[in-house]
Order: sequence, then C-alpha cells, then structure tokens
Amino acid sequence: MTDRGYDPWRAAKSALTLVAVDPIGLGGVWLRAQAGPARDRWRAALAPALAPLPVRRIATDVSEEQLSGGLDLAATLAAGRPVRDKGLLAEPVLLVLPMAERASAQLAARLGMALDDDAAALVALDEGAATDEAAPSALADRLAFQIDLDGLRHVDALPFTVDAEAVSAARDRLPDVKVADDAMKDLTVIAVRLGVDSLRAPILALRTAKAACALAGRTDVSEEDLALSAQLVLAPRALVVPDEDVGDDDTPAPDTPEENSAETDDQRSQDIPSEILLDAVKSALPPDVLDRLSHASTRANQSGAGHGASRRSAQRGRPLPSRRGRLDGRSRIDLTATLRAAAPWQPLRRQETPNAAQRVLVRGDDIRLRRREDRTDRLLVFAVDASGSTALARLAEAKGAVEILLANAYAKRDHVALIAFRGDTAETLLPPTRSLTRAKRCLSGLPGGGATPLAAGLQAALEQTETARRRGMSPSLILLTDGRANIALDGTADRSKAGEDAQRLGRVHAANGTSSIVIDASRRPQAPARDLAASLDAEYLPLPRADARGLSAAVTSAMSRSA
Amino acid sequence: MSRTAPQPFPFSAIVGQDEMKRALVLTAIDPSIGGVLAFGDRGAGKSTAVRALAALLPPIQAVEGCPYNTATLDGDCPHCREHPPQTLVERPTPVVDLPLGATEDRVVGALDIERALTRGEKAFEPGLLARAHRGYLYIDEVNLLEDHLVDLLLDVAASGENVVEREGLSIRHAAKFVLVGSGNPEEGELRPQLLDRFGLSVEVSSPKDVSERVEVIRRRDAYDTDPETFLPPWRAADAELRQSILAARTRLTNVAVEDAALEDCARLCLALGSDGLRGELTLMRAARALAAFEGKAKVQRAELRAVAPSALRHRLRRDPLDEAGSSARVGRALEEVFGEARET
Repeated sequence: MTDRGYDPWRAAKSALTLVAVDPIGLGGVWLRAQAGPARDRWRAALAPALAPLPVRRIATDVSEEQLSGGLDLAATLAAGRPVRDKGLLAEPVLLVLPMAERASAQLAARLGMALDDDAAALVALDEGAATDEAAPSALADRLAFQIDLDGLRHVDALPFTVDAEAVSAARDRLPDVKVADDAMKDLTVIAVRLGVDSLRAPILALRTAKAACALAGRTDVSEEDLALSAQLVLAPRALVVPDEDVGDDDTPAPDTPEENSAETDDQRSQDIPSEILLDAVKSALPPDVLDRLSHASTRANQSGAGHGASRRSAQRGRPLPSRRGRLDGRSRIDLTATLRAAAPWQPLRRQETPNAAQRVLVRGDDIRLRRREDRTDRLLVFAVDASGSTALARLAEAKGAVEILLANAYAKRDHVALIAFRGDTAETLLPPTRSLTRAKRCLSGLPGGGATPLAAGLQAALEQTETARRRGMSPSLILLTDGRANIALDGTADRSKAGEDAQRLGRVHAANGTSSIVIDASRRPQAPARDLAASLDAEYLPLPRADARGLSAAVTSAMSRSA
Repeated sequence: MSRTAPQPFPFSAIVGQDEMKRALVLTAIDPSIGGVLAFGDRGAGKSTAVRALAALLPPIQAVEGCPYNTATLDGDCPHCREHPPQTLVERPTPVVDLPLGATEDRVVGALDIERALTRGEKAFEPGLLARAHRGYLYIDEVNLLEDHLVDLLLDVAASGENVVEREGLSIRHAAKFVLVGSGNPEEGELRPQLLDRFGLSVEVSSPKDVSERVEVIRRRDAYDTDPETFLPPWRAADAELRQSILAARTRLTNVAVEDAALEDCARLCLALGSDGLRGELTLMRAARALAAFEGKAKVQRAELRAVAPSALRHRLRRDPLDEAGSSARVGRALEEVFGEARET
C-alpha cells in the first residue's frame, strides 16, 4: 500500500480530521470497511474529534418521524400531555449510518436533502461484501471522502486521536482562508480529466483544501492543500486515468458525449494543472480504477459516483412502514401499528359512545396493514443464445423484446436483466435494471456467432436469480435458444456432456422454484429445447418466427399465466 | 423541515441550465402550464434551482393565519369558515418539499393528535398539500416516490382539491400547486400518468465547458465564504427577474394566440404522435407565457420552437426501437412541420 505512495489508513485519518474541521461543508465520509479493529478505531476517534457537534447513529430503517420529529406517541400517552420528539435533524448533527450499502434509495434521497440543507453531516459505513453492493450514489456524491479500508492490515491501522486543539483552531481560522482563482480552476480541470462529471466533486474538493489549509495553520490555500484534497476527494471518484491514452470507445466517461472529451483535449493545452497535483492524484488512484472502467460499461455508472460504481435499487424484502388500509383477506394487519393509531382517539371516542363495552375502541380508520417492499418486484432474467446456430436475426429480435418488455414493465415495477451466451462463455450484458436508458446503452453492442455454451448461460442466469432472491425479488427466467448445446460447463466441445450440463442446471433452476419460459428459437420446433423446458419445469413456447413484439406479447401472457 | 440556510443560492447566479430556468420562470408566469420535471445527472444543480425559486417568486396575498393560503376574505376553506378572516397579508409563494418518506397523513393532513389528547377536540391539521396551495410542491427523486403517494398526487392534481375523511370529519380544501419533480433516470422511470402531469420537462446535465464549470465553483465558493458581498448583486438580478415575471403576468391575457399558431401546435403534436390534448394545450400556454415574458404581442413560431422540446419530449409515445432520443425526435418534427425556413 505504502509503496504506491497512498496509505488508506492515513487517508482515513486525514478525512476524519478534515471532517472535524468543517463537518457540514464537507458532508462527511463514506467508509467502506468490514467490521473489525480498523473500523472500530476509526469510529472511536470520531465523536471526540467532532465535539461539540453531536454524533448520532441511525439505522437504515430510520423513519421520517425520527429524522424530522413529531409527536412521541408512547411518551404522550404515558404523560397524558403531548410530548414532542424534536427529531434528529432539529439541530446540526453528524449521523452515522452503519450498513449504508443497504440504505434504500428513499433513505438516500432523504439524507441527501438533509445534507443539501446543511442540516447534517454523514458517515456512511459501507460493509458491502460484493462489489455490486455499495452505498447509493445519491449519498456518495454528496460526501467529500470515499475511503476503502478493505484489505488493510490491522498492524497498519494503529489507534489514533485527533488533536482537538488543532481542530478547534482550524475551525476558527476557516472563515479567513483564501483561495486563489487558479486553484479553483485546477481542481475543476482535474475533476474533468478524471472523468468526474458531478460538480459537487470540485466544490467538495475546494472546501477540503480550505479545511486542510486551516488545519495547517495558514490562511492561503497552498499547492500542498490542493494536492491533499485532490488525492482524498477527486482520486477515489476517478473513472478515467488522466494522461493515459485510453481511447474514447472503451472509456465510458460519465455521460459521455464525444464532443466533451474533444473539448477537454482542447483545454488540456491551455489549463494544465500543476504536475504536482496530477502526480498526487495518480498516486492515490484506486488500484482497481481500470477494472472499474471495464465494469462501468455494464454498470453504466453515471456522473462519477466513484466507488459507488454499483448502485442497489430499493428492492429488498424488508418490511415497510405499515399504512392505512382495509382488511380484504389478503393483507395482514399490523396489530401494534393499529393499536398505536387507535390509542390517541380513545378519550374522544369514549365521549361519543359512552356506553361502549369494548376496552379499546378501534375504528376502520385505524387499521394498519403490513407491507413488504418485495411485493411487486419481479426480475425477468433474459438468457439469450447468441451463438451461430441461433440465427443472428434472433438476437436483434431478443434485444427488441427486452426493450419493449422493459418499456411496458417499468409501470409494473419489473426489473430486467440480460445474459448472452456464445463461444465458450456467458456474459451478463445488463445487470438487473428498470431503466430504459441503461438498457439501450447495454444492448446496442451485443455481438453474435460462435458455439452454444448453454450450460454457462444457465449458470450465469442462476447467479442472477439467486442474487435477486436474496434481495427479496422474485426472479423469472426467459431462455431464448434452440437448445442445441455444444459446449459443456468446463468449456469442452462435447455435445452430449454439454446437453447433460444444461439439463442439470435446468433442474437446479426448477428446484429453486424459478418460474421459467423456454422460447424455442429454431426454425422448426425441436426436441432439445423441449427437453430443456421439461428439466426447467418451464413453459415451452415454440416461436419460429418471433419478432420483437410477438415475443414480448408471448412472454407477457405466459408470465401472467404463471403469476 | 429544518432549514438552517436562511439565504438560498440566488436563482440568477445559477450558471447555465437555461432550459430549466426558463421552464420554472414560465410556470411562474402561468401556473396553468403545469409542473416542471427536471431529469438529469447528479450534481448538476437541479435542487439548487428549485430551492432558489422561493426567493425569486413574487409574494402572494393570503388571509392572515390561514394555513390553506386562502386568497380572499370571502374565501371558503376549513380555517376561514371557523375563523372569519380579518386581514390579508403578503407571504412568500410557498415552495414545499415533499420528502420521499413522507406518510400519507403528512401529505394530505390528518387529525391533530395533540388537540385530541389535550382538549378532546377533533381538529384537522393541514398537510403539505395545503401548504403548497398556490405555490410549488417539490419532489426530489420523484421517480422513487411510492406508488400510493403518486396515486394520491395525481388525484389531487387532477381535481385541484384535497378531500380527507377521518374520525367522521370530512375536510375539503383547495390544493392547486405547480408540481416540480427532479430525478435521475438511471434509477428508474416515471409512471406515464405522472409524467403526463408535468407540463414541461427538461433534461439537465452538468456544463461540459471547463470555464463554465469553473464559474460554478467560483460562485458557489463566494456564496459559501462571503455571502454579504456575493448575494446583493444577485438578489438585485433576482428582483429584476421578479419584475419581469410580474409584468409578463399582466401582459399574458393580451398576448394573441392566432389560429395559425394553434394549428401549428396541433400539427406538431400530430407529427409526434403524442396522445391527448394536454400536449397541445401546454405547448400553447408555454409559448404564450414566453411571448409575454419577451414582450411580444402574439405567439409566433419562434416561441413555439423554443418551448416545444420542453413541452413535448416527455409525451412521446415510447418507441424502444427508435434509437434517437426524444429531444431529437421533437427537433425532427419541428423541421418537418415548420420546414427549414426560419421566420424573419
């Protein structure tokens, strides 16, 4: 780590100290780390450093009432007079959000609003294990620092405390810190060259440089402050390696109109930021930046959320706040919530019906129903045979069908994923999404031809459906193939083994309870696809001349039958 | 809502984003245009523009102490019926944030638990819809809004009235507001019914030009560090804009919309295959508001051209197989209908 000139633990310490100097201005820290001594030590230093700003922990299911306040019902009933709860955001606060990777998009938006209002700062503790689990980018974008402590050795993470006096002196000095116009330009240009589109990044970088300057006991922002800030704020968001000739075709610069990069090229000659800055940034570029670039093409990570390259949607099977409703035999009552809703009205109702025999007077209005988030979330996994044996035209039709299904589906809250298999591998072209924008981008470059690794395709589909199920979605599989597998799971070109592998994986899908549809794409309906459908326990749809619209209609009707 | 920043960033100081700013100004001139939907990148200044709106808009006249923003002394609202109004006061045009996690009670209003407990009275506590009456209701990340809230908003937006029935009380009050939504399309699409409710839609992206980006940073920094110096000139610019909006409002009724312009609207919508009359109506109203803003006597093709993308791009029938973006499709239709010849 240190040999790259960038030490994550030192960065984590600097970030904490800088946030202590200007918590509201900098937004906070997104700390990606597994629970462990390093994270514990960092957290232990947090509250004393930020004092007098209160540090409060919130959970991912924090309610609107807890945040913005309301009537504390339990206390009110106990005291017999209204007791108000001020809410966490009543005064400036630093919120600590553990398991930030599980935060719903709604919570992210709510916290984003608090950050925008300068009502709070946030430390998002991201424990995401897989790379596709990360804090929502709506949050990451608003926090100055993104620090990754994964892979840090414990011996490197020594306990530390923040020098409270220095911080307090820096806070006093901060309003007097001046920054040269060129410095603003430098930070902006570097952000552009790193492919960071969001304008929040350079703004946060500027504030970081000022905090660093104040901390160093100066009032004029120096090269050194800028370097530190570029390293801490801009480098982790990088989507492009500056100065290295990465062609535009495979560089998904965020929101990438080509004229953008051309323009940047023009600018390069005019406003070359100082070499020191650029070197600082380069040394701090995350080791996986190139890796992320290749991921970005499938993830279509927009607007430079940096590490938050992946985004989770709000789909988990966690319970939602119950809401008012009518018992219709299908829904379940939330008894506690119902009683809570009824409680305040008891004296009033007692006045109105003095002779009522019931201990508790419950009215229809009080009924609260349990809701779960996964109630309508469905994932349609398309596994498309892009091999030579399935005519190339099919592929275009499948692409069209996915887009049409997606366009129809978003109102029903369906998600769509697309897997293509050909040659000797299967590739997830489109991770689960509801966004037509992303779908179009991913679908446009789907190639075809080669052998038929059916089993690999089924295995990729299995990964998708299992992930979806873990997130509380109910996955369905739509397999478009002629069923003539000729590449086995281990990559050998053995027709009979390939067939067996496919059958076996089909049975796993069936055992998982994934509802499936096999669309036979061959010119004439054939046995292999039908057998495959049997092992998948799937609906079999021979569609020798499927066009995009026909296909989507067939799937829609089959899905509604199986639902 | 906690608002510690008493001075929002000035509207006039927002760099670029002309389409969004124009859309907001047009709805301020003629609220019947409907709402504004701003879709685009993170950190491009969507929320900043909406939050700046409150300080820009001309104040409204309302009954003193009335939580429903009733406009006249003889107005009919649950509050004024009980407390006959005495005086009218000026208050800022409301710009109300609707947080995604808001409960239904918070949005439509609910019985006041405090009064029920302390005084044994049934009293209605107005919700966000009441506060937003005659003003703006802003939903950030509108595409993530829960379905039942969307249904509720559609219902109220269609009727202009909020009806709540609780504990045997039935409350009904006017709730006419301009809906402003923002969001990032990568996180999910908007239901077509809600999409259609927005009069204008704008696509927002962060400025690509480096000097423009630097200017954003510069102004933001000046706002943060030295508001006393930074704000006054921009507040003056805002005040000037406010005067133009007021002037445009008075001119609005005098702007002629001739048959030729109406026909242009119809042909444009037909060429785009956008369903419903709402598109035509919005297009006409937006063009008229623009003409009023620019001091023109009648609506001409220049105005139609200028507002057509905003008024129509979200109403196109979705054709997933057409690769062109909706803005391009509107552009194409404009060329088709109006021809190459520009007006002189």
